[in-house]
Amino acid sequence: MRPRRRILLLPLSALAAALSLAMALLVGSAEIPPAEVWSHLIGNDGGIHDQIIDRLRLPRALAAFAVGGLLALAGALIQVLLRNPLGDPYILGVSGGASAAVLAVMLLAVPGHWHTPAALAGALLSTLLVFGLAHSGDDWRSDRLLLTGIVVAAGWSALISFVLSISPATQLPGMLFWLMGDLGDAIEPGLPLAILAAGLLLSMARARDLNIATQGLLQAAALGVDTRRLRLELYFIGALLTAAAVTIAGAVGFIGLITPHLVRRLGGTDHRILLPAAVLLGGALLTLADSVARTLISPMQLPVGVLTALIGVPVFLLLLHREGQA
Amino acid sequence: MSALLEVSGLSVDIGRHRVCEALDLTVNAGECWAILGRNGVGKTTLLHHLGGLRRDHVGSIRFEAKPLDHYSPRERARQIGILLQHSGRGFGASVLQTVLSGRHPHLATLAWEGADDLAIAHRQIAALGLDELVERSLETLSGGELRRVEIARLLAQRSRLALLDEPMNHLDLAHQAVCLRVLREAFVNAQRALLMIVHDLNLALRACDHWLILNGDGSWQAGPRAMLCDPALLSRAFGHPIRRVDSDSGPLLLAGL
Repeated sequence: MRPRRRILLLPLSALAAALSLAMALLVGSAEIPPAEVWSHLIGNDGGIHDQIIDRLRLPRALAAFAVGGLLALAGALIQVLLRNPLGDPYILGVSGGASAAVLAVMLLAVPGHWHTPAALAGALLSTLLVFGLAHSGDDWRSDRLLLTGIVVAAGWSALISFVLSISPATQLPGMLFWLMGDLGDAIEPGLPLAILAAGLLLSMARARDLNIATQGLLQAAALGVDTRRLRLELYFIGALLTAAAVTIAGAVGFIGLITPHLVRRLGGTDHRILLPAAVLLGGALLTLADSVARTLISPMQLPVGVLTALIGVPVFLLLLHREGQA
Repeated sequence: MSALLEVSGLSVDIGRHRVCEALDLTVNAGECWAILGRNGVGKTTLLHHLGGLRRDHVGSIRFEAKPLDHYSPRERARQIGILLQHSGRGFGASVLQTVLSGRHPHLATLAWEGADDLAIAHRQIAALGLDELVERSLETLSGGELRRVEIARLLAQRSRLALLDEPMNHLDLAHQAVCLRVLREAFVNAQRALLMIVHDLNLALRACDHWLILNGDGSWQAGPRAMLCDPALLSRAFGHPIRRVDSDSGPLLLAGL
């Protein structure tokens, strides 16, 4: 049963991705029948529905997919780097740094187009900070990295609470949306999709090394992996992918932690299958969550981070429970 | 007789503790070495240095006349296999996947394991009696089963020299005998070589033809077993009285109680 599952994992993930994208195009406050959606996608009649599909739903669906894929891929890499299945891409301090930076510029009422550069700067600053503190010479223990990440994140979290508590009430909803993760501003999916593709290609070249690194870095070294280089690559590719995701959508939680697990539970322990499957399923999960976030209490929108947890938690717990019974 | 590993003037420290001072050692094809010494004397650290996993030493280590530093990690792993004291259980990887990972240094970056790699892995799995566990996740194995998987992975690596850190850990007597036979057939009888850390002196006596004894103060003795199998020498090295008793199946070494 298990080998068969492994073979089916990739096509099934691709199917889930396609279905989630289709759903994202079909649902919304304006009701557009499926046949019409299709004709708007391939043609262009300049009408209001055409605008909704081409300018709103399609870019947002693709951006959601890209962010989900970025987080899931980063999560898979970071879990190997830390050799801890509880590893989360945010452990590198990326989301805390980005959130603190964005909230600070929001508080200072800096124009909105500065939010993205601020998020990126905060994410990179925090990444370098954690790296510098956790890394001394050749000695780099994963528990030290984990602890450093957690402590730095706690520092950012205090800073975020500080900004929230001195901010005027009118600013708070925007800030909270950013903190929970929101795709409302995500309308240009080209760049994140390109980063996702590049990240996947780079890490696929390392997939067999990653398989061995899960057995321990010393074991990987014994089997001829240049572990020093591998650690650096995992750290910085993971951090950059996360920074890209956070910059676009804020701190969407849960996807990076849970998706790689989901794939492993479904039989994908080989990273040559796990990485692409995680990208597809992470993308599908966030696209699905975003569709629900847009429509659940329409015309109001929920921050997508709320939905990722609401959908992801029961699915994951169910799998975990069934595994325990089997 | 060709020399595989040549160590000369090797000094290794752990902090302020000296593991060995000016160690000279030549491991030839077809030899089986035991590294003996008290707990904490630095046997594992020395093994890591000999296998190229650590480099902060003085002196030279050569493999087939070429300095170990000049090998790329992949090249080195094709020549020298290392069985660590323990390795991770690998995020739910199966026994077959793990044994196959021994083929890693032989495969190009983007290559998948081919039919011959699979055949090699299955042969080692069969040799160590792991057939029924092939699809099992490492997380579900007992300590002894995991040890046999690790040995199978090392055998699949097909290196010229194997460095083993307490290979018989967790193994019952029957499996110790099987593993030892398989390892000796794959290395010693095939003009390759074995070098293993062991705590069971009688195992070292029966299985290894050469010994390296670390005394704990940096001094050492290395040479053929017959020369070093001396109760006085061993008692000093272990800081504990050790007697030699003759039995039907040859001499035995016993610790005084």
